[in-house]
Amino acid sequence: MRTVTTARSRYGMVIDLDRCTGCGSCTVACSVENNIPPGTENVTERTGITWMRVYEADDGKSFPDTHSVFVPIMCQQCGNETPCMSVCPQNAVEVDPATGIVGQIPERCLGCRYCMAACPYHARYFNWWDPKWPAGMEAAMNPDVAPRMRGVVEKCNFCQSRLHTARERAASTGRTAIDPADYVPACVEACPQRAITFGDLDDSDSFVAALAAGDRAFRFLSRIGTEPKVWYLSSREWVRNLSDRVVARTRKENVRG
Amino acid sequence: MTITRSLVPIAGLATGLFAGWVVFPTVLYTTVDQPVQFNHAAHTGNGAGMSCQDCHALGQDGRFAGIPGIHQCAECHEEPIGSSENERRFVEEYVQQNREVPWLVYARQPDNAYFPHVVHVHKAKLACETCHGKHGSSSGLRPYEMNRISGYSRDIWGSSIAGIKSQAWDGMKMDDCISCHSVHNNDRACIDCHK
Repeated sequence: MRTVTTARSRYGMVIDLDRCTGCGSCTVACSVENNIPPGTENVTERTGITWMRVYEADDGKSFPDTHSVFVPIMCQQCGNETPCMSVCPQNAVEVDPATGIVGQIPERCLGCRYCMAACPYHARYFNWWDPKWPAGMEAAMNPDVAPRMRGVVEKCNFCQSRLHTARERAASTGRTAIDPADYVPACVEACPQRAITFGDLDDSDSFVAALAAGDRAFRFLSRIGTEPKVWYLSSREWVRNLSDRVVARTRKENVRG
Repeated sequence: MTITRSLVPIAGLATGLFAGWVVFPTVLYTTVDQPVQFNHAAHTGNGAGMSCQDCHALGQDGRFAGIPGIHQCAECHEEPIGSSENERRFVEEYVQQNREVPWLVYARQPDNAYFPHVVHVHKAKLACETCHGKHGSSSGLRPYEMNRISGYSRDIWGSSIAGIKSQAWDGMKMDDCISCHSVHNNDRACIDCHK
């Protein structure tokens, strides 16, 4: 009997905050790729859906000495004790053993939003309404991504449809492993600053592994031990210090919590 | 009197079973005819000798083309070749008006199911017949049975309402995918088959 074990990899991302200009291309590319409809008129920060979201922070100094940083935050793909997965009563979240991708299964989700409370990164979003596209925009939907229905949670999955496509390409040429150049998430491709790097963290030859091992690399909330697979880079110390600091939250942020 | 009384629950049970296993499955599906009749046998094998891939092609990048468009049909059928009424109507109503045929796809899966033909054909070496049965040698298109509640084809659930299948291609539910994947694939994840 023929049994196949897929090549193991641990996909991760490195985002260079010194390069990010906060233009929002990644957010737009992500929404288009993953069939996330535009927000309705009455959508708020709490009810909108942005798998990829760019936050702004500054060093607290006043003008003209102040410095800002833009931080794109999406699902950090926690590799240890994945909080959303451990709280889900429906088994609707799983970590793919072959790729390390934290997958969300909308069909199983009952909409309790426990995972949203558990996620330390506010990276999960709830569908308060059925998705609705402005007339004509449905024609531009991505056929490789199923739209989600009202009442379920969704989040970044490292563009799993692109992984599917890469696997199809590999199969059509008889390869077992995918070509890394074939699997690049939409945000990585869209970034005009090339601030985002994607690849297999377990592949010691990969660019992403080298960057993640560098001196400028850090992860958000590393102290809670969730081992995210998304790394950030900055040579500015105050930016690196943001990662583990318990900051006073603005009222806006409290609304989302 | 006692006999009549003891017959009541039996009659109730019989009615329930009849309603559940005979009436419901009949009412659940509605039958729709295909817009045009198509004779696979005339095109394949001893007919025109074409293979499945000649029309249902797998692209270089692994994309499956599905049902061919009207342009591909027009390569041969710009004018009727045979004398059948079906072909004449097909040429007049679709080919000459450059209109796609709204085929009802028996094997169409729900939106969230991801099925790469290339992986199953090239890597697992499955023949088309393993999942599609003898469709390629059929001489006509059977009526399309649509589930009134979900809108899905009956081929997804299978012909037996109890889910008992005698052929591999009879029913293509998630359980049917898993029954093979659990044997041949060590690493399984939802994202392998869902999009």
